[in-house]
Amino acid sequence: MANENENIKIVENATCTFCGCVCDDMELHVDLNEKRITKAKNACVLGRAWFAEHTIEDAPAAMIDGEEVSVDEAIEEAAQTLVNAKFPITYGLSDTTCEAQRQAVAISDYIKGNIDTTTSVCHGPSGLAFQGVGESTSTLGEVKNRADLVIYWGGNPAESHPRHFGRYAVTPKGMFTPNGKKDRTVVLVDVRKTKSAPVADIFIKPIPGKDFEVLWALRALVKGSKLSSNIEEETGVPLETLSDLAERMKNCRFGVLFFGMGLTMTRGRHFNSGALLALATDLNEYTHFVAKPVRGHGNVTGADNVVSWQTGYPFGVNFSRGYPRFNPGEFTTVDTLSNGDADAALIIASDPGSNFPKKAIEHLKNIPVITLDTKNTDTTKLSHVAFRTATYGINTTGTVYRMDDVPITLRSAFDSPFPDDETILTSIKKRVHELVLAKHYAGGASGEAKVAAINPL
Amino acid sequence: MTDKMMLIPGRSSKQGTSLNKGKLKDEYKEVTSTLEMNKDDMDKRGLVDGDKVRMWNEIGETIVSCIGKKPEDLSTGLLFIPYGPPSSQLMASDTAGTGMPLSKHMMVEIEKVK
Repeated sequence: MANENENIKIVENATCTFCGCVCDDMELHVDLNEKRITKAKNACVLGRAWFAEHTIEDAPAAMIDGEEVSVDEAIEEAAQTLVNAKFPITYGLSDTTCEAQRQAVAISDYIKGNIDTTTSVCHGPSGLAFQGVGESTSTLGEVKNRADLVIYWGGNPAESHPRHFGRYAVTPKGMFTPNGKKDRTVVLVDVRKTKSAPVADIFIKPIPGKDFEVLWALRALVKGSKLSSNIEEETGVPLETLSDLAERMKNCRFGVLFFGMGLTMTRGRHFNSGALLALATDLNEYTHFVAKPVRGHGNVTGADNVVSWQTGYPFGVNFSRGYPRFNPGEFTTVDTLSNGDADAALIIASDPGSNFPKKAIEHLKNIPVITLDTKNTDTTKLSHVAFRTATYGINTTGTVYRMDDVPITLRSAFDSPFPDDETILTSIKKRVHELVLAKHYAGGASGEAKVAAINPL
Repeated sequence: MTDKMMLIPGRSSKQGTSLNKGKLKDEYKEVTSTLEMNKDDMDKRGLVDGDKVRMWNEIGETIVSCIGKKPEDLSTGLLFIPYGPPSSQLMASDTAGTGMPLSKHMMVEIEKVK
């Protein structure tokens, strides 16, 4: 609830959407005169920067080719661009609300385009592994209350998810872990000794690119198979270390494997994630064991959920045949750009112009790009149409999903003069729908088109 | 002996805080242009903290500054850089049918910029 005190507003139980931890215990102090958050109690170093730096910047709400225009003009140009493209792509979506994500899926459906999210360059390989292997899962609340063996694999939460340790998995006192960290064994597996290492009771450093082999060796040990004596030479991990870990896994009460980009972005990709998920599944013959991907952006998990319940698939979806098809490697955005397929792009709350492979960035520079972002980025710089938007969870309400698929409602701290993603995308969707109908039913809508016109997505 | 090293781009605290200020600002550019390198590997190449190095592979090249890390923290042959525009210059676009480029497994060569 908000309390008025002169020009300072206190927002309790606000949510930080910087990373996938989506901590919803923030106490925000908001200077309403300055329209900025002056204090974010309970926030980590990343959260403090997130709240402090998202102020109202002096910038146009909309631009076409670098020139200021009205939002309505930009919406018209965006809709025309998307409808006139042969292979329009939509990408991003991990830093916006589920309500906005839903509108983006509808636009992609109407224009028979392609929709993909930052998941494809994050835990996309894990998404493939989930489909192939399955997922033994839990909420972070269960981890807090029950886990006595916590393994982080291929990640550095101390720098990427600073409160993961303190709020969810290592130090909090839970129902069956009343002494916090004393009741848990923490293991870190990584090719670098990062700032997360001091938290771990056991640190294991495999040879880079050998995660799959280490995981498969653990599967063998868990099942009681003997390993070749050269396993250390192969993986960099001594047999006794692996044997000790396998025994700890089998004998814990509740184990969890948190895994990160060290598995999905390296040699092996989905095989790495699949091996880890298979290991967790194997361990359920002996005890309770779960595996959870540690998700990066604030609502990347929501993007997976929304795209899944709207299309049946989590990312890399194409509507060109009028129904959704899923094909990573073809309909994922690095591929649609690098292969030169895309001829227009709608980029929402994401910066592929900075973070994508060079070849993909080069193609992005050669096609009309529409961006929605809260700040200037390399992608907004190369955009044909650029919208400046309100920041989700600071200027807007809405729904986001925590990395364990728990939905959380956001609280707004102060108003923004810029429209939010959902508002802009809803307007683009309506105009796109009109243009599509006009294009295909020039003589007037009939039959199914009439129904569609009455019941827009 | 090959001079190729494995580059691992990733998140760092400073990269995370500076991107909130703005990805076109100097602080973010500096953070994402600072390469962490095993001190022994630096010694072999006559590098000291702050030196500029050219880093390249078959995809592209970039120039960054380097700082040393203890060998027990960063093994020989490994490089770490907070991800951003410089590391993207070296990333191959092939996703092997997954959608995911090998973003943390880039083989690169480096040399001191004189």
